[in-house]
Parts: sequence; C-alpha cells; structure tokens
Amino acid sequence: MQPVATTFFFYMLSGLAILGGVLVITRKNAVHSALALILSLLALAGLYLMLYAPFVAGVQIILYAGGIMVLFLFVIMLVNLERSQKEEQFNQQWIAGLLAAAALGALFIAIYVKGQKLFPQRILQMPEESNTQQVAVLLYGNYMFSFEIASLLLLVAIIGAVVMAKKRI
Amino acid sequence: MLASMFDGIKAYLFSGKSTPGQADSIPASLFWALVYILLIFLGLSIAVIAMNWLERKILAHMQVRLGPMRVGPHGLLQPIADALKLLIKEDITPAAADKWVFWLAPLMVVITAFTVFIVVPFGPAHAVTDMNIGILFMLGVSSLSVLGIVMAGWASNSHYPLMGALRSSAQMVSYEIAMGLAVVSAVLMTSLNDKGTGTLSMIGIVQAQAAQHVWFVFKFFPLGLIAFFIFAVAMVAETNRAPFDLPEAESELTAGFHTEYSGFRWSLFFLAEYSAMIAVSSIAVTLWLGGWLRPFTDWLSGDTWDMVFALIPGLSLLFLAGMCFYSTTRMPKHPSFRIQTAGLAGFGVVLAAAGVLLFVPPVRAWVQDIFWFSAKVAVFMYLYIWYRGTFPRYRFDQLMKVGWKILLPIGIGVLVLTAIAGVFF
Repeated sequence: MQPVATTFFFYMLSGLAILGGVLVITRKNAVHSALALILSLLALAGLYLMLYAPFVAGVQIILYAGGIMVLFLFVIMLVNLERSQKEEQFNQQWIAGLLAAAALGALFIAIYVKGQKLFPQRILQMPEESNTQQVAVLLYGNYMFSFEIASLLLLVAIIGAVVMAKKRI
Repeated sequence: MLASMFDGIKAYLFSGKSTPGQADSIPASLFWALVYILLIFLGLSIAVIAMNWLERKILAHMQVRLGPMRVGPHGLLQPIADALKLLIKEDITPAAADKWVFWLAPLMVVITAFTVFIVVPFGPAHAVTDMNIGILFMLGVSSLSVLGIVMAGWASNSHYPLMGALRSSAQMVSYEIAMGLAVVSAVLMTSLNDKGTGTLSMIGIVQAQAAQHVWFVFKFFPLGLIAFFIFAVAMVAETNRAPFDLPEAESELTAGFHTEYSGFRWSLFFLAEYSAMIAVSSIAVTLWLGGWLRPFTDWLSGDTWDMVFALIPGLSLLFLAGMCFYSTTRMPKHPSFRIQTAGLAGFGVVLAAAGVLLFVPPVRAWVQDIFWFSAKVAVFMYLYIWYRGTFPRYRFDQLMKVGWKILLPIGIGVLVLTAIAGVFF
C-alpha cells in the first residue's frame, strides 16, 4: 500500500516532538518534564516509521520510552519535589545558553538555505519488508567489530555501577 | 469515484489473502481495518466480561464455594451488574493528587493494552495489519503500560499507590529481560529455512511453524519447551497477576497503584489488566503454540481429518448450549425462579444458534483459524485463574531472585544452545 497523507503526519509528529521538547524545559515539576520527554520520544518513533525504519522505531519505543524513561520516573518519584517546585531557577548561564541557541539556529537556517545543494535528493533503496534483516546484516556483518566494542563499553559501565554501589563485593 | 471505492472494499472481502493493512486499495484498507478494530474491540470486551465471571466462578469452585449465584442464573449477569455499578459510582480525584497525571494514567494503560492487538494474528488474514516488526511492536507497546502504572501510583500522592507503583515498575522491568530472551530464541527458530533469514512479523512466525511442520514448543526438545516455560512465568509477572501480584498485594498495600481510583477509572485499570493478559497469552500462542494452526496437522492429516477439525468450533458451542439446557432442569422449581430458568434456556438457544451457524461451510472456513487461536488463548486464561487459586504469593526479594538469578541465566543458556542447535541441525 502507498503511504497516505505523509505531509500531515510529518507535521503532526514534528509538532508533537517540538511541543514535548518545549514542555520538558518549561515544566517546573520534574515528573511532568519526564512525561513530556516521553511524548517527544514517541513522536520521534513515529518519524522513524515514516522514514521506513520500523526496526529503529520499535527499538526507540522499547528502549527509550519503555525502559530508560521508566527508570527516569522511578528515580524522580523518590525525590522530594515539593522544595524544587517552589525554588526560583538559580541558573545564571543565560548568556551562554543564548549564544548556543543562536549558533544552533544559524546552523538550521544554513541547512534550510543550502541543504538542497549539500545533500543530493535521493530515495533510500532499502525495502521496508526486509529492513530488520538489513540492519542485522550491517550490525553483525560489516560493523561487527564496532558493535561488539560498544557492547563491551556497556558491560564496563554496568560493572562500574555495581562496584561503586556495593561496598563489599 | 464512490463506486470504485465500493468495488475496492468488496474486492478485499473475496480476496481473503492479506490483512487489511496490506490491502490493495486505500479505501478498502481503511474500511476493513476499521471493521477489524471494532470487531477486536467488541470481542475483547466480551472476553473481559466472560473472564470476570469465569474467574469468580472457577476460583469459587476451587475453594468449594458457589461464587456469584444471585444475579441471573448461576450469576451469569453478575459482570453486567458490576459494570453498571462501576459506571454510576462517584468518580473521586483526591485533593492532593496531581490532576493531569491522575487523569492520564488510566488512559495510558488502556490505550497500550488495546493497541497491541493491531498485530495479533487470529488467522493468516485475520489481523488488523501485519508489521515487519510485529513481535517487537507488541513487546514495546506493552512495556509502555508500566508508565501508566507508575504515573497512577505517583499522581495519587499517597503511600500505598507509590509503593505499588515502585514494586510494579521494578518487577516489570526485570521480567521484561527474561521475556525478551525467550522471545529471541523463538525468533531464532524462524530463521531455519532455505533463505536463512528469520522474521519478526507475527504472521510470519506462525507461517514459519507451518513450514517447519512443528510448533516451536517441541522444536529442539527441550530447548523450545524451556524458552516457553520462561515466557510463561515472565508473562504472569508482567501482567501483575498471582503469584506475582505484589504491586496490588491486598494484605500489604490495599489495592496497590490503583488504591485511589474509583468508579469508571478503576474499571479502566481492570479492563487493561485483563486485555493485557489476553495480549501476552496471544504472544505465547503465536510464538510457541502455532497460532491459528489446528492441532495435529501432520499426524491427523487429510481431508477427512480437516473436516472433523472444522466441525469442532460448532460442536463446542453446541456442547455449551447442551450444558445450558441441562442446567435448566436443575434450576429450583420455585415459581420465583421461572424467569431465570427461561433466561438460561434462552442463552442456550442463542449458543445453539451460533453453533449451527458455524457449521455453514463459508462461515466454517472463515471462523476456523480464529477459533483455534482463541481456544489456545483460553487455555492460558484458565491457567491464570488456576495459578491464582493455587499458588501462594511470592515475597519481593524472592520475586527478584527468580527473575534475575534463575530465569535470566536459563534464558541466556537456552538462547545460546538454540543458536548452536540451529547451526548444526
């Protein structure tokens, strides 16, 4: 079946992602921020689906929205939110923030203006039906070594966390 | 324009080869997807109502009680009375609760519990759509329901719900890993074909079992069986049911994460719990028990046996109808029970009519896959009730120990052995 109303879904999902992102930094309640972040992550999963990358979308939902954000909420729920809600923002780095935002904005504008020449228009030749298989071939075939290095890195992080948390092993 | 749309819609009905999501024309796809979604929603609601009644009845009989007997014959109308009671109960939001999150939590739980049914394959063409990442989608979306539970527990701003939510999130995150490993070892088995590539699509997994002439429980005996066992344990923990129902342990936490919910919103949690049970059972059925395939496709093959198995759906409904008629003779003879007896007989007539309808050849062919799938899921539903009636509840440290120190290592071992067996046999 051909894709339907692609423009509409693109703008809806992007809008949701941006809305979620804005809510993350404007809400004072940390739990509300985390929930807004989940909205943003789910909208991104939808965008991956639109890019014919169903596997990435599924992994995005399982890992980020389902796994990592649950742990986030888990920790935030145990923090005393009453105090942090009443406090004024004490971050005094608004000049640096403004500069960073301006630089990022300039980058976006530059891409919008010059993008047509920099990135050639081409449709990715990866059939949706075998997307998962293609990803697997790349990960376990061509990029086997870097993939295993990344998994080793995660293992080191896990062992490090256990060593730091436990006094006697 | 309209005529061509109608033709497309009609053409799909008689092609019967693909799911609505894969239909040729867009109107047909939209129309039939909507029809399937409504049918699944209706079927699920009826299944939850039936489960509510069956659970109370079966538990009661296990404990040598009668269970609901007052509302309707043998309490058959009890679930409807309960639903009405829940709808007209006062809907309370605690004063100290976080209103938005409190409102959002039951919605989140219900939406995730129902969304997974998009990819559940009731038959080769009986699913809303067939996704390339079917099983991944099911696991991912059902893992989102933890968020709803955590939100409910936190937003209630009360001690018991918070404890329940913490327990539930810890439990679900831990058991998801064992569950995932068991699922991966089943997905590995789908890759044993000429091409050497497996599939994550729910329909593809069942077709792989049909092509290999074996249900994955019996594949590489006992590896498939062990993986299935791990999944069967983890799925009970995932759905927060006894003996892993610590998040809602009545004796410790009143009702766990939904203590502060009442009325309609509480019933949403109830609905979500039961449809999540049906969802994980259908994952187990799809991955290990051959999905919609009828039993003994090889041993009892041939046209005669096909015919015999095709008659079973109708016969089983006729059997239920017969039970109803038999029960009418055992109803009390007092005049005040006359309406109940008539009602039971009427229910029997409805069941018998449905059973006879299932003997009509086109309907028979149409319904057969759905019947076998539902029958296998029903076995799991009975197991859930049986567990609840017989197993004592685990302590929290025991629960974590079972998840991390027993199921997870066995899961990894089975995965490695399955991969080795797949390479050498």
